[in-house]
Amino acid sequence: MSIGLISAAYVVAAILFILALGGLSNQEKAKRAIYYGIAGMALAVGATIGAKGVGNFGILVIMVAIGGVIGWFVANRVQMTQMPELVAGFHSLVGLAAVFIGINADLEMNAALTAKEAGTVDQLAGFAATIAKKSPVEINILKVELFLGILIGAITFTGSIIAYGKLAGKLSSAALTIPFRHQLNLLGFIACFVLGWLYLEGAGLWTMLAVAVISGLIGCHLIMAIGGADMPVVVSMLNSYSGWAAAAIGFTLGNDLLIVTGALVGSSGAILSYIMCKGMNRSFVSVILGGWGGETTTAQAVEGEQIAIDADGVAASLEDADSVIIVPGYGMAVAQAQQSVSELTRRLRAKGKTVRFGIHPVAGRLPGHMNVLLAEAKVPYDIVLEMDEINDDFPETDVVIVIGSNDIVNPAAQDDPGSPIAGMPVLEVWKAKQVFVSKRGQGTGYSGIENPLFFKDNTRMFFGDAKASLDQLLGLMPN
Amino acid sequence: MKIGALKETFSGENRVSMTPASALQLQKLGHECFVEAGAGNAARFSDQDYEKAGVTVVKSAADLMKTADFITKVRPPEDAEVKKLRKDQTLISFFYPAANEDLMKSAATTGSTVIAMDMVPRISRAQKMDALSSMANIAGYRAVIEAGNNFGRFFTGQVTAAGKVPPAKVLVIGAGVAGLAAIGAAQSLGAIVRAFDVRPEVAEQIESMGAEFLFLDFEEDASGEGGYAAPSSPEFREKQLECFRGQAPDVDIVITTALIPNRDAPKLWLKDMVEAMKPGSVVVDLAAERGGNCDLTEPDQKIETANGVTIIGYTDFPSRMAAQASELYATNIRHMMADLTPEKDGVVVHDMEDDVIRGATIAHAGEVTFPPPPPKIQAIAKAPPKAPEKTPEEKRAEEEAAAKKALDRTAWLLAVGGALCLLVGLAAPASFMQHFIVFVLAVFVGFYVIWGVAHALHTPLMAITNAISSIIIVGALLQIGSSTTVVVVLAAASILMASVNIFGGFLVTRRMLAMFERS
Repeated sequence: MSIGLISAAYVVAAILFILALGGLSNQEKAKRAIYYGIAGMALAVGATIGAKGVGNFGILVIMVAIGGVIGWFVANRVQMTQMPELVAGFHSLVGLAAVFIGINADLEMNAALTAKEAGTVDQLAGFAATIAKKSPVEINILKVELFLGILIGAITFTGSIIAYGKLAGKLSSAALTIPFRHQLNLLGFIACFVLGWLYLEGAGLWTMLAVAVISGLIGCHLIMAIGGADMPVVVSMLNSYSGWAAAAIGFTLGNDLLIVTGALVGSSGAILSYIMCKGMNRSFVSVILGGWGGETTTAQAVEGEQIAIDADGVAASLEDADSVIIVPGYGMAVAQAQQSVSELTRRLRAKGKTVRFGIHPVAGRLPGHMNVLLAEAKVPYDIVLEMDEINDDFPETDVVIVIGSNDIVNPAAQDDPGSPIAGMPVLEVWKAKQVFVSKRGQGTGYSGIENPLFFKDNTRMFFGDAKASLDQLLGLMPN
Repeated sequence: MKIGALKETFSGENRVSMTPASALQLQKLGHECFVEAGAGNAARFSDQDYEKAGVTVVKSAADLMKTADFITKVRPPEDAEVKKLRKDQTLISFFYPAANEDLMKSAATTGSTVIAMDMVPRISRAQKMDALSSMANIAGYRAVIEAGNNFGRFFTGQVTAAGKVPPAKVLVIGAGVAGLAAIGAAQSLGAIVRAFDVRPEVAEQIESMGAEFLFLDFEEDASGEGGYAAPSSPEFREKQLECFRGQAPDVDIVITTALIPNRDAPKLWLKDMVEAMKPGSVVVDLAAERGGNCDLTEPDQKIETANGVTIIGYTDFPSRMAAQASELYATNIRHMMADLTPEKDGVVVHDMEDDVIRGATIAHAGEVTFPPPPPKIQAIAKAPPKAPEKTPEEKRAEEEAAAKKALDRTAWLLAVGGALCLLVGLAAPASFMQHFIVFVLAVFVGFYVIWGVAHALHTPLMAITNAISSIIIVGALLQIGSSTTVVVVLAAASILMASVNIFGGFLVTRRMLAMFERS
């Protein structure tokens, strides 16, 4: 295939990717959009394989086949509640691939340079041939890009693995705070940049391998220091990094498609991180550096007591209610209660009651996590609303059921300037006539902040595992 | 434990302390239930009804006192009844220990335990056993009904073919439980309701019931302990009476409910106010038992003044709705028993550390245990001071400041971004700049496209961007043709990983998107 044809294919692929992302603006378009993405990828890979200098087709086909089978297998086996760890796991692969390709680029570059001196450029194939044509300045820029690709790739790789471990419960989700952690990170970055400088001065491949190892350690440590509730930000951030790594490799290889796609993915992840941070009213930097920002402030003590209620009481209240809003959180995912929630919704709706869902931007461990879980349980998406859409409706609502969420419904965020989450936008569930909170026990949530909602006069605590409680409730509500 | 309900001996008392429904619930707690024959007759619960609910009907009060471990009653016990209490017996009833000190002492000497339902502390957890509130609720409702019965006009305004009827104007003094219930009842009958209370924080509750709060321009907060009102200063009282005096010629019905714990009822509706009222007006005095809020009230009587105003001083409003009152009172007692039997196995644990049980117990183990120590938990948290409302000018200034800040930020970002681009342009060769332009444009396109993505689809977005970021496979594809073995191996590994990602990412996204269904 000629260079012109390949470029044309790349342009079309890039447009298809943009269409795929743009199509996610609503649920119906999204079902079509995914095919744009698949077509774009097929076109890009096909055109590249047809390009001059791609060889070893045997290995290539085998690798794609093996990868395809693994991917197919994973995608079909994964539970929807495991989406956060799946996404994190996938990110690590992109990161590692970026590191490998970066190292390869260096090897090829050396080969090309040797060939240039020996005058055997003609015998070079593939990527090495393009490098051989570059001027010394371009080679230096190439080195910078290569360095960035490896740095970001390695951080993405180890960071994603740690995030995967935390989300899958294989590692403690508590934030690891070792002394001088900020200084350690800073030291790591300085070391990387020094090595990068040496590499530019011609120190050879070992500097890049060292950069990969050090930045891998930084990635590890960065994510270890971030607590479970901040995981949505972390996963979006890693998503963004995997995009930037791809873009950096694109620069290295002089491939515009990689640059465009990497930039799209990178900005997508960055926006998601921004939305998540806004949802928690925290700055991106404070999340990434780990721990809660204002630990020195004192929160108001909560007065009163939590009043428990049994399933009978909840069922009776629901029977009388006309409008119900359900606010799910990570607890629903943990208890795998989405099917029971869906069944409850179905029965209430069958009785002519208005049932809606209020979703906080940071509910769950992944942006949009709750929506996917509810969709899986066949809750119609048009009754699942965002925080801003539903917040004004709480005063006219008879019953709110809070299932496994805590900080996102904490009135202290609005009332108590001393609270660590002061200013965070929250769902104003306490304005409803009656609030039921399904919760495992009396403890505080991930952030360890006392929630005055549980002590309000119109709040009743429905203690127990979310799924067990809901099933008990369903038993009391005839079909 | 055996729980037995005595028949009320006080004349005109129609209530009963156990109903068939409450007996069923008590049995679920592991208790046995007994009732004196005929105890429920006046409240329309027959002995057969009780038997059907599994309650043993006992012939006489004496027999019941012999069998039962727990004696329940509505009215405070008689001297004779108290004397008959045994050491291991518990009596649950209204008691008014402050007014009946001798009776309480004599109960304590028997060694029995006495739980006074009127002493249940007013905290959230104890609301379900707060018999005073449930009785007050009934009294408030009944007061409106009694008033209507004696008022020769409609409550609601109407325009009929025969002419226009003005709505009745009802003034409720004291917005406690009874007052709020009266407001609700009068409101739903269609009257114009005004209400007054010395505690300014109840204004919101009054307005939420649809009544108009009579606001006094006076700096004094008369909120006392435990959600009750405290006595007010003479100056305040004068102001208050002046306000009522203004209302008297205008209102048709006055319902007074003002009480201060352990004191005589304050006189709020004076003789001259009654005289100023229109003929046919009605005053219902719910405080009659404690002397009445109205000067002319005669307890237990309905009188008519010279100027044709009816003043109702009944003290038995709850008893006048015996079926409803018994149902609620029995439920209050049932909840008290539920707290006393934490394991639901019929074994009573009298926990004197528990705020509610401690507060209600006035005699225990031979000792008088009244008055109780103050509860550990405050009844109603005092409202924190509110931040002053912002004036429109302040708001506009704030908005302008925010807009200016946003503009400044954009300007700074553009300046810094532009400067960085220029720097790159100075150093980099043309070939790099071409790629750089593509990169910057792609970032911008990305930002605009992603802002349009529905929040609900953020997880699929992450999955699909994941798949797309595997475009990095193109890099590996370009390298796999190399002649160096290491390069081929690394490239092959990259292709493997990227294809896992491509297939996995797209397939899982498709799976997720297919799940989203419209209702």
